[in-house]
Amino acid sequence: MASENLYILGIHMTKFGKYPNRDLIDLAAEAAQGAFKDGGVTMGDMNILAAGNLRGTGRIGQPLQKQIGQTGIPVYNVTNACATGATAMRVVMMAIKAGEADMGLAVGSEKLAGVGLLTGANVKADGKTWTPEGRFDAVSATDGRIGTETMPGVFAQIGMEYGSRYGEVSFETFAKISEKNHYHSTLNPLAAYQKRMSLEEIMKDVMVAYPNTRPMCSANTDGAAATVIVSEKKLRTLSKAQQDRAVKIAASVLTTDPWEDGCQVLANVNTCTREAAKQAYAQAGVGPKDIRLIELHDCFATAELVHYDNLMLCDEGAAVEHFNSGATWREGRQPVNVSGGLESKGHPIAATGIANVWEIATHLRGEAGPRQIEGAKIGMTHVIGLGNTCAIHILQK
Amino acid sequence: MPNQVPLVSYLVLGDDPHLIAHECTNCKARFFDRRNGCAKCFGTEFKDVSLPKEGKVRAFSIVHSAAPGIKVPFVASVIECGTTRVSANIINVDPKPENLKLGMKVKLATYVLGKDEVGTEAIGFGFEPA
Repeated sequence: MASENLYILGIHMTKFGKYPNRDLIDLAAEAAQGAFKDGGVTMGDMNILAAGNLRGTGRIGQPLQKQIGQTGIPVYNVTNACATGATAMRVVMMAIKAGEADMGLAVGSEKLAGVGLLTGANVKADGKTWTPEGRFDAVSATDGRIGTETMPGVFAQIGMEYGSRYGEVSFETFAKISEKNHYHSTLNPLAAYQKRMSLEEIMKDVMVAYPNTRPMCSANTDGAAATVIVSEKKLRTLSKAQQDRAVKIAASVLTTDPWEDGCQVLANVNTCTREAAKQAYAQAGVGPKDIRLIELHDCFATAELVHYDNLMLCDEGAAVEHFNSGATWREGRQPVNVSGGLESKGHPIAATGIANVWEIATHLRGEAGPRQIEGAKIGMTHVIGLGNTCAIHILQK
Repeated sequence: MPNQVPLVSYLVLGDDPHLIAHECTNCKARFFDRRNGCAKCFGTEFKDVSLPKEGKVRAFSIVHSAAPGIKVPFVASVIECGTTRVSANIINVDPKPENLKLGMKVKLATYVLGKDEVGTEAIGFGFEPA
């Protein structure tokens, strides 16, 4: 990272769930005002606002200002698939590093409850005669005829592809990952679902895209998260109480996937994650073993497994062995997704990349209550935006 | 025989239906869709090359929930055809886990996807157990 360190000064997430009577801005405002309160600051202290939303208007920054403070500061509306929230954070960080701001707010808000299956855009009605359209000259819809663009099916194949490289991974192994995350969720009051599920219940639930059953898929929920980021120089002018709770952003990295054969037919979330992890460890001056806990992008149980390897939490090819060792359970050596992960906490897309930072920051501050991971001094967050983007943050206290 | 059109232009019909790719003349990276430039080396010249009709399964998912109009369950997969990976459904197989295996050998197969108002058939493709 550049010369000056950056810190999380305040951070907040709404409970994830269903909010039929609250709109994107209500949720974003709750998150923003919560982050201000947490950091002991006001909208008047912000020099920049980056606002993320993917599936609503995508332009929530200015409407949000009307509700939390219209101060004339620059607003950047951000979309970057499931990495939208993390990207909003990076916009604020880049502005601070560029010297254009010393404190800013990043927010992500999404309304996703009840939207159903997320799929690709390639669904078109047939015309009266076959007419080639688009970059493939397709005469009819290809999603479902030439593979799948549905997210559960795409990420199922990502998990299976890992098996092709390193030895077949059983349905049961993937389901056990989901069992872990649902178990973790029971201690997180902000999770949309807090129900412990047995392995048998998970495996016998509705099959969405083998080997992902319904509880192995991220939950479509509403929610928002926001954080106030501050420069070290500015932080040193604030109160001792504020300084004591600030969490250092030891690394912040965003990558995309470099070309390789196959990336055009199956999203490659491996290359971008591995590269982002390498850069993040170098920036923070730490190694994988120094990380006490990780919130990674378990949009599906099949995805969590491959990221053990991509984040270098285990030896190459040893993700199954790593999981079977128990390391990633909250009682294990290096817990993963103690929040319950996206499978039970929920995945309001634009909020996700800030909510996982909230989870880690809360543990590093020692404020996680019954689900506190003891001795947490360094933690990591990871999100994937399909298309593909990877964002990683390493936080340190 | 009715007129036929392929579902996508990288499926070549005729006596010997097969898939083609647009290969970068500089670095040999292969693409199925129309490209403005090569994603690997930024070259802008491509030539069409034929792909082998046989391959092996690198990844699959049995998809039970899909866009309207798509019969479920079906098997989505990534097939390795020589050095090129192809997206396709595995067809002519009972879509159950016990019938599918990573690494299994498959071969290209075509089928009639439907007819339009003037009777032209659209031809789709998949891979079936070899």
